[in-house]
Amino acid sequence: MLDLTKKKRRIALGCEGSANKLGIGVILHEGDSLSSSTSTVLSNIRHTFVSPPGTGFLPKDTARHHRSFFVRIALQALSAANISISDIDCICYTKGPGMGAPLTSVAIAARTLSLLWNKPLVGVNHCVGHIEMGRAITGASHPVVLYVSGGNTQVIAYAEQRYRIFGEALDIAVGNCLDRFARTLEISNDPAPGYNIEQLAKQGGRVLLDLPYAVKGMDCSFSGILTRADELAAHMKNGGKGPDGEPFTPADLCFSLQETIFAMLVEITERAMAHVGSSQVLIVGGVGCNERLQEMMGAMAAERGGSVYATDERFCIDNGIMIAHAGLLAYETGFQTPIEESTCTQRFRTDEVLVKWRK
Amino acid sequence: MTEPTTEFPPPKILTLSSTHKPILITQGAEGRLYKTPSPFQPNQFCALKYRPPKPYRHPILDARLTKARISSEAKVLDRCYREGVPVPAVLAKDAAAGWMMIEWIEGEPVRVGINTWLGERPEDDAALDTTQEDETPLIDLMKRMGVAVGALHRTGVVHGDLTTSNMMLRPWADDRLPNGHGDKTEKAKAVAGDVVVIDFGLAMQSQSDEDRAVDLYVLERAFASTHPRAERLFHHILDSYRESFKKAPGVLHKLEDVRMRGRKRSMLG
Repeated sequence: MLDLTKKKRRIALGCEGSANKLGIGVILHEGDSLSSSTSTVLSNIRHTFVSPPGTGFLPKDTARHHRSFFVRIALQALSAANISISDIDCICYTKGPGMGAPLTSVAIAARTLSLLWNKPLVGVNHCVGHIEMGRAITGASHPVVLYVSGGNTQVIAYAEQRYRIFGEALDIAVGNCLDRFARTLEISNDPAPGYNIEQLAKQGGRVLLDLPYAVKGMDCSFSGILTRADELAAHMKNGGKGPDGEPFTPADLCFSLQETIFAMLVEITERAMAHVGSSQVLIVGGVGCNERLQEMMGAMAAERGGSVYATDERFCIDNGIMIAHAGLLAYETGFQTPIEESTCTQRFRTDEVLVKWRK
Repeated sequence: MTEPTTEFPPPKILTLSSTHKPILITQGAEGRLYKTPSPFQPNQFCALKYRPPKPYRHPILDARLTKARISSEAKVLDRCYREGVPVPAVLAKDAAAGWMMIEWIEGEPVRVGINTWLGERPEDDAALDTTQEDETPLIDLMKRMGVAVGALHRTGVVHGDLTTSNMMLRPWADDRLPNGHGDKTEKAKAVAGDVVVIDFGLAMQSQSDEDRAVDLYVLERAFASTHPRAERLFHHILDSYRESFKKAPGVLHKLEDVRMRGRKRSMLG
């Protein structure tokens, strides 16, 4: 096993493209021992494929976006980091989970860089990337993690070298529910549908519209809520009235949707915290940028005598730096992905990864 | 369970009597359980389950959920009690205020009883011990657990969170031991008593084999992780479940499927 700890400066380039964001970042780990090493973000460049209002991003279009922007973004990331290619120790890429075609296009690009520059490859689990980046940025040592994005909804806690999934969405992810409801209302996808729902929700709140509340133990379900929200949107467009006999607005719908689904997320997180006896909660993933979710989580954590850790859009939303960081952590324990095994997969559970870099 | 860092104010109903201070028994994610003197019978206690308002939740949503959950839990308990399933009786409730008062069950959780029985024996000896020790009292307890779950399912209720912590061992009044065993040791006493199922916070009414099988699967997993040394005896629970509940064969068949599924589901996206 290579002893990288002898090398004081270790640099990784990370490539992420599991959904509609193409992200490339460069991270630096410094320090003699793995436990005392510090992480510095040298660059973190992202380009997002935005589809027109009322539509989502399709795999083939997203893959084409990633292919056409990869070189440009990679060059930007390298020049922003102000390093030369010889400084890089390994190339990290997202192995999964995610959308097949976009994952493949980025994996091919990462393999190309690996061969071109003669650098080892490291395949990274996307979810583990989010968790490790969140921990590094916030300094949360042993939190319960709520990972919420367009493709994933999981409540996770670390135990014995695995990130164990305590609860998860049984059908669609929470971000998918928000994205699709934005399509129903034909809200802009720029910069992100969830962001625009959040802004619109701030204008709502005169009424709380009745939506299903689907929590089952530590799991939850969002598809029924989406169906009901879509029905209410149709009712609204036909001039229908709310529970108080007055017409309601798209803002009221966004407000009600957020209040309901975020309450569900906070509830399952609280149950996991009670279960493992932790008072820290870390929110990662794109939906984690939502300030209303952070506020609700904060109120829950405060009542339990704890606190909430969250990051801003640079690290919450998919990015290359988190892949570089998690990949470098694994690489420092001796992990590499031989080029023959450098596949990617749409299905890759968080708890499949052996977390060798943690005690 | 996290220790509460602040002193919680008890629900209003518990502040009406000034003579006895309610004792907070557990503080879960969902609600709190208090032990308090019964307002109905002198010198007796009752349990008060209280779901406090959640500060993060919209007040309308919070009120709706609290009310629905207390109502549903009380309804399920009532139904079980009426059908003769061993559960605590509901004495009073105010769903809108978020509390219900239920019968206080004496005794220890089944978990404690089983652990006392298993004692200090090292895990490696578990297999060797089978021939040397008479395990009848423990096996009898497992059979009573199976009968209790069978009775629950027969009434059309699934518990949702079956564990050995959510079953109580209510001591027998006459201190008798099962099946006329003369073994009145402390060990045998630890696993004596009626099995009473508690905490129906996640329960629902369902008659489907799928839901019932998941109920058993949850118990199986919880049992294995709580009492690894007694895992090899788990089948006694299922055996007595099969004997006591007519529709058990279908459920146990489904359980095979559920075991295969487990939490191994691979996720999309």
